[in-house]
Amino acid sequence: MEEMILTVDTQLACKPSDYRSDVKPVWCPGCGDYHVLMAFTRAFAQLAVPAEQIAVISGIGCSSRIPAYTNCYGFHGVHGRSLALASGLKVTRPDLTVVVASGDGDGYSIGGNHFLHACRRNIDMTYVVMDNRVYGMTKGQPSPTTEPDFDTAISPGGTGLSPFHPLVNALASGANFIARCFAGEPNETAAILVEAIRHPGFSFVEILSPCVTYRPDQKAWKDLVHPAPVGATNDPAKAARRIMTDDGFNIGILYRGERRPYQPKFGRQSLDPSELEQEFEI
Amino acid sequence: MTEAEHLSIAIVGSGGAGALTSGNLLLEAATAAGWYGLLTRTVGPQIRGGEAAALIRLANRPVECLADQFDLLIGVDWLNADRFGAEIEVGPHSLVISDPRSGELPAFVKNSGIRVVEIPLKEITKSIPEGRPNMIALGIAAKLVGLNEEVFTALIEKRFAEKGRVASQASRAALQAGFAAAADIQFDKRLAPPVAGKKRWLVSGNEATGLGAIRGGVRFAAAYPITPASEILEWLAPRLAKVGGVLLQAEDELASINMIIGASFGGTPALTATSGPGLSLMIEALGLATAAEIPIVVVDVMRGGPSTGIPTKSEQADLNIAVYGFHGDAPHLVLAPQSIGDCLFTAQWAAYLAEALQAPAIVLSDQFLGQTVAAIERPADVAFIGERIRHAGADAPYQRYALAANGISPMAIPGMRGAQYTAEGLTHSERGTPTSGAAAHRVQLDKRRDKLEQFTFGDHWATIEGKGEIAVITWGSLTGAVREAIELAGRDGIAVRLVAPRLLLPVQNVRFAAALDGVKRILVVEQSHSGQFYRYLRAHYDLPGEVRVLHRPGPFPIRPSEIHKAIAEWRK
Repeated sequence: MEEMILTVDTQLACKPSDYRSDVKPVWCPGCGDYHVLMAFTRAFAQLAVPAEQIAVISGIGCSSRIPAYTNCYGFHGVHGRSLALASGLKVTRPDLTVVVASGDGDGYSIGGNHFLHACRRNIDMTYVVMDNRVYGMTKGQPSPTTEPDFDTAISPGGTGLSPFHPLVNALASGANFIARCFAGEPNETAAILVEAIRHPGFSFVEILSPCVTYRPDQKAWKDLVHPAPVGATNDPAKAARRIMTDDGFNIGILYRGERRPYQPKFGRQSLDPSELEQEFEI
Repeated sequence: MTEAEHLSIAIVGSGGAGALTSGNLLLEAATAAGWYGLLTRTVGPQIRGGEAAALIRLANRPVECLADQFDLLIGVDWLNADRFGAEIEVGPHSLVISDPRSGELPAFVKNSGIRVVEIPLKEITKSIPEGRPNMIALGIAAKLVGLNEEVFTALIEKRFAEKGRVASQASRAALQAGFAAAADIQFDKRLAPPVAGKKRWLVSGNEATGLGAIRGGVRFAAAYPITPASEILEWLAPRLAKVGGVLLQAEDELASINMIIGASFGGTPALTATSGPGLSLMIEALGLATAAEIPIVVVDVMRGGPSTGIPTKSEQADLNIAVYGFHGDAPHLVLAPQSIGDCLFTAQWAAYLAEALQAPAIVLSDQFLGQTVAAIERPADVAFIGERIRHAGADAPYQRYALAANGISPMAIPGMRGAQYTAEGLTHSERGTPTSGAAAHRVQLDKRRDKLEQFTFGDHWATIEGKGEIAVITWGSLTGAVREAIELAGRDGIAVRLVAPRLLLPVQNVRFAAALDGVKRILVVEQSHSGQFYRYLRAHYDLPGEVRVLHRPGPFPIRPSEIHKAIAEWRK
């Protein structure tokens, strides 16, 4: 299936609108995810990969609605399992560009175990988590990245728990590319997505994507974000120190690893299936 | 001296004593000599050092279950052998071989008052450098059932090749010593000569399941290790790689099932194998596969439950979860193999049906079928190869869930230009766009039901044998025991019909009614504590006449004599 990548499209200029479907998003007006969708389509156009060669895989939540809004192949699966589903797809279809879309609840809470193992497995795909530090679709419960004092109906007075640190966990688990983006900067985000998709192995892109409905305080993010003061490193120790000590609003590519992606040989037959029964013959 | 149609031998020993090695060699040798048979191993919960027993039945024609009693019980040693008391039933005509220096006889032997012949296995071993008592035990067993020494030569060479010439020579010498020691033992049964048959296979149900899956077109598997299903994965991993596929070990069962859904979405027929606890974890995603119409196969090798239960032993108690476990109204396929050889057919058929119907198929095997090794006739080839109806790439806008007369919508595969769609677990329109509208919900529910109900499954849906006004209805691994019981009843002059559905979902009302035409009494036989199969039958089918149920939980399989007794008593 390798040759399918090189269709005529790659010769032509691709427009972001080629990658956008006519399905109207369910998101609230002002949701950061609109900008992420914009970044997706711009990145795909820059990469000039035909839409039918891209698969956008997601779980459940506001952010996970994104596949149907693209004009790519998509899978809107169950809550928290998008990485597993995408892994099965990519291993058997290495010709496809696989992008996984998730949120902080879907990706870090119910899907937390798959996050660790996807990083460790290092299959060549890109994992985009739209982090708004709240469960939006179920109306405002705290997520693993919610601040400890954020008052909600289910946790009056706040959870009192320290937030999960996705980037350092990704690094510790073996992710091969780590970046942080801000949804309000779709061009910068698109440029980072292009790099993430091109980078071999498992690329993790955390996008700060404000929830205007349940976290109106996140409107302030646009004033807090700033470019990372230094460029990406390939040294995990350096990356760990930077990620652990930054203010959480450093935007840019933070780590570029050099691990070989995991891609078992698929589709190469050395034995006819009819010969398998010989081992049982007496 | 009588010629027996079948003989049962149990070889027991503590961990490392080699009882299982002896048992395997005995079955292999008997198979090579033309007999049939099977071997179930039973072990304690320990990984190493626990007691183990090889339960073997040899026969002159194919057999599908253990017999009621063991004719011959050999203790390589008796350490903890009491644990097997409930599994190894001995009768007044049984013979026990015991080494007087290998510990006290277990209570179940002592209390039975049966004949015990003492052979000093350890003492004899001393005269053979590197010799081991289990090979002497093997020699004794082989001689008593009527095998000759020559048939072992090649087998021992093969098995001990890695360990070198000394080990191989020692094994042969010990085997010879066993044959010699058995010469004076009075044992008045010999296996009757085998009936001529087709080419033989020596295969376990788990291996047969793996082969069936590959034959059915499966090229991707993802799974999490679990007893007693792991052998399917271990068999598949290297072989899938050879036939152009791959197996991924997932981080958990939630990942396994979603991985195979992903692979199948990409166009590759896919399977996972698990046991009850794993199936419970997979249920949510099975709902997704139903709604998104993704073909997948899930093999559940059932064990004692609930919870961790008895991982190493058999039960038929996952029927409820397989049939009713899904959330929502979720039509799907449930199939159950009926013998070790049938694991091949059923897995292959499941792969075919899943692909043809774009639906999840659950295959309910069990520990007995999965881990028992049997000498069987080579299963017949069947032409079931899974292949879904693919979208042809017409000009009109592609609608993934388009309504079709047979309910099966052509499926586009990523890479196919102009047919991009999003596979959807939300209630969706024909195009796949999410909706919460009542009409679309109803239409898609109808579609997914109709595609299964309108499909013609053919005669493979059940095994129906015999005539008579009494019918035994059973399923899965008990089919073999029921068949034997019916044969015993036949010798008493009682005609009994066997009805065993291989296809449990979708239900086949018309065919089932036809199968029971003229039946006045029904005996339902199953291995579950609550009578799950009986309740399933009551829920879906009309059971004419008087109905009785023979059911009990695992771990010990219901044996032919129990079923025969239930039939005979009812006749009175």
